[in-house]
Amino acid sequence: MRDRVWIFIGLAVFVAAFTAPFWHVHAKTSARQPDLVLPANQKECVAPASTMRDAHMQMLLNWREDVVRRGDRRYVAFDGKVYEKSLTHTCLGCHSKAAFCDRCHEYSGVSGPYCWNCHSDPQATVTRSRP
Amino acid sequence: MKITRKEFLRLTGLSLLAGGAMQVVRAIGQGGTAARAAASQPVRLGMVIDLSKCREKDGCNECIHACNTTHNIPQIANRAHEVKWIWTEPFGTVFPSAQTGYAEQSYTKVQVPLMCNHCAEPPCTRVCPTRATWKRDDGIVMMDWHRCIGCRYCIAACPYGSRSFNWQDPRPAIASINPDFPTRTKGIVEKCNFCEERLARGMKPACVEACPQGVFTFGNLADPESEPRDLLRSRFALQREPELGTGPSVYYLM
Repeated sequence: MRDRVWIFIGLAVFVAAFTAPFWHVHAKTSARQPDLVLPANQKECVAPASTMRDAHMQMLLNWREDVVRRGDRRYVAFDGKVYEKSLTHTCLGCHSKAAFCDRCHEYSGVSGPYCWNCHSDPQATVTRSRP
Repeated sequence: MKITRKEFLRLTGLSLLAGGAMQVVRAIGQGGTAARAAASQPVRLGMVIDLSKCREKDGCNECIHACNTTHNIPQIANRAHEVKWIWTEPFGTVFPSAQTGYAEQSYTKVQVPLMCNHCAEPPCTRVCPTRATWKRDDGIVMMDWHRCIGCRYCIAACPYGSRSFNWQDPRPAIASINPDFPTRTKGIVEKCNFCEERLARGMKPACVEACPQGVFTFGNLADPESEPRDLLRSRFALQREPELGTGPSVYYLM
């Protein structure tokens, strides 16, 4: 029973060493959400924010098929408002690609979408075409 | 419950009658929709190009310029890699069988504006393995660049050379990108789309709008009262290689 102190010290050292990576990462980074810039001129999106967060990718794919393959450009939103099915005009008409799309995609490690290989960000192209 | 022979036969007969009646009702319903479809006007979009007007302004390429800026078409010096939606070629190359040999002055010098013919029977759409290109109900031979895998079967099938392949990244070769229209990427086929995106907004194709001579007349060839049909009724017109059976929707007035 005289070793009790040493046993507890040893246990403490073991627990500290075992959980060290977690503490290390926690100290270096934070779980803070990305600093997204929301549109100043609009309050409502084409669908509630929770739906957009979960399903914007499906919606973009559906819009793409509708516009290109069916020639259907009219989107009637949940509140009856009518929008044009357009990435450039509707989505980027309010949102900023750099301060909204890219920030969240970088944060969540989603590098996948190749939208921008062809589609252009109106804000970026305006600054680019200026000498 | 026991069923008698008489009841069984009666039930069978009634079921057969009901089944037959269903078929009749369905046939009548389908006949109705077919009649309705025939009643709605068919659309076949087409273009009439008046070469006599085009001749008046030698060296003008406003139509090509308008198309290039509208659709972010790269300007590549290497002819093997060039991308073109609307371009020109000498009359003799475009209509080799329409030459008399003595028409030097009036025809041979003329550069003829060319574009996708948006054929009635497009050979390009038949060979596409991914259905990235197809003929719409209004006659436009459309492309879905999201789906193009760059196999170039359509380029081989098109007898008019209307399709171009992006051998290199087109973006560096575009002077100023129009954000309203996508660019393409390396490995994608592209061609004239009759300004489908402008038609959807109620505008005319860019080349039609840009031409200072009013060379291009765009409209519904299926409508006998339309502008292009008016021209085709009164003037002699040629199509490019109609003997191939593709049924081009682009007509040339001499």
